[in-house]
Amino acid sequence: MALTENMTINMGPQHPSTHGVLQLILELDGEVVQKATPHIGFLHRGTEKLSEHRTYNQVIPLTDRLDYLAPMSNNLGYVLAVEKLLGITDKIPERANVIRVLMAELTRLKSHLVWLATHALDIGAMTVFLYAFREREAITDIYEKVSGARMTSNYIRIGGVTEDLPEGLEQEIRDFVVTMPDHIDEYEGLLTGNKIWQKRTIGVGVISAEDAIDIGLSGPALRCSGVDWDLRRDAPYCGYETYDFDVPVRTEGDTFARYKARLDEMRQSSRIINQALDRLKPGPVTADCPKICLPPKKDVVNTIEGLIHHFKIITEGFDVEKGEVYVGIEAPKGELGYYIVSDGSPMPYRMKIRPPSFVNLQALPQMVEGRLLADVIAIIGTLDIVLGEIDR
Amino acid sequence: MCDQASVEKLKAKFSSAVLDVVEFRGELTVTVEKSRIVEISTFLRDTCGYNFLCDLCGVDYLGQETRFMVVYNLYNITTKKRLRVKVPVEEQNPCVDTVSGVWSTANWPERECWDLMGISFNNHPDLRRILMAAEWEGHPLRKDYPVQGPDREPYQGRLS
Repeated sequence: MALTENMTINMGPQHPSTHGVLQLILELDGEVVQKATPHIGFLHRGTEKLSEHRTYNQVIPLTDRLDYLAPMSNNLGYVLAVEKLLGITDKIPERANVIRVLMAELTRLKSHLVWLATHALDIGAMTVFLYAFREREAITDIYEKVSGARMTSNYIRIGGVTEDLPEGLEQEIRDFVVTMPDHIDEYEGLLTGNKIWQKRTIGVGVISAEDAIDIGLSGPALRCSGVDWDLRRDAPYCGYETYDFDVPVRTEGDTFARYKARLDEMRQSSRIINQALDRLKPGPVTADCPKICLPPKKDVVNTIEGLIHHFKIITEGFDVEKGEVYVGIEAPKGELGYYIVSDGSPMPYRMKIRPPSFVNLQALPQMVEGRLLADVIAIIGTLDIVLGEIDR
Repeated sequence: MCDQASVEKLKAKFSSAVLDVVEFRGELTVTVEKSRIVEISTFLRDTCGYNFLCDLCGVDYLGQETRFMVVYNLYNITTKKRLRVKVPVEEQNPCVDTVSGVWSTANWPERECWDLMGISFNNHPDLRRILMAAEWEGHPLRKDYPVQGPDREPYQGRLS
């Protein structure tokens, strides 16, 4: 009888399919994973510490850099928490809310497209990568026209959004989103019926509903274990309760189910974007709170009040009532939560971010143990993690 | 969205351990005795349906009587209600019992709380640093830890 012993191998932090600087220590018996230990923190930038030394407005650009594939969702979660702290949630103008929904859903498409592209590439389907990035490029262009940046948008601000949409953009978004369902069918045509894709995903990384809740999975990962959860519907913000959309729930809990559910979510996002475009009526895009929202540039250069408000907000920020709030939103990857403690000063006393990827990655060891090494790649892909928000 | 009923139940069961109940912007915060956190967590999970631990973190109130607070943000998936539980932790030998036996989610956030805030968790299965390097000294999210890092002059802005 041949003697065998377990082998410990190191995967990452520089490995293309760990989606960033994630290090996994894998203990293998042949090709079967006995134990997986994730090591994170290589991208830690101290976002929470830095935010304690910035005014509330100055924190927004830091949030862009958390989940850098979905910057506007991060902006939105933070801004909603600060607005709740200030008690101005119901003062946000209708148009600003519609633009926020529009951008949040475009962001969901953008994030899911990168997930699909890289997940398929990891498993060996090269073509999908190129197709998905083609559409992502269109969304990135929209991002650039709206905010001036392709990734770090810094667009959604306390009290509304930075600026109104540029002229002609509504039509451009409409033209784009009309084509989206066909594109999704195209991706499905490449993958869903593909025997190799099915072999690599069906029954891989199964997690039950109880385990998923216990470990704290959220977003598509939780929905595919049969838990009907969507914060857009269950704890609506920005008027999501008035939009007509379905929440795709599946019960298989495997990688294939998560793939199908995310594609369905993209279809639903396209529906929401169409509805939001229909609702865009002319109007202000920032709340009428001169001590909190920056005045329009023409007021800053023409009126003394505008100049004073601009100066005060830029140099000092604004005072926020003492208290604490937690706001969770349905980001593309799951529940993105912001817990902010205010001591009455213009800077957060403590800000804790609840990044969906951080909690979802925690489920990795129990999902890969007992499975083949090649499945680890598929499971990292299906969890849809971004190290920017895991390490903060 | 306030879950007064659960707080009443909690008060009835653990009257001596509930120190304070605050409502702010429609969110309920219950401060409870540190020594009974595991019991209270189990009660909240099993009886009040708070089966989902959204987040766990520490807050440093430097200069106040009890320096730290450990904060648990809970969510009830069935009723879609939220509740926040806080536990005061003193500065000398800061430690709390782990709730990772109640919600497995707590494992990594507790490690993070130890790493960045220096609050230790009794009976935690794997209490190691998580974001900072293993040999790091100090706990960066503490208020007395300088933002520019230890042994460095504060950033003064560009000189030219």
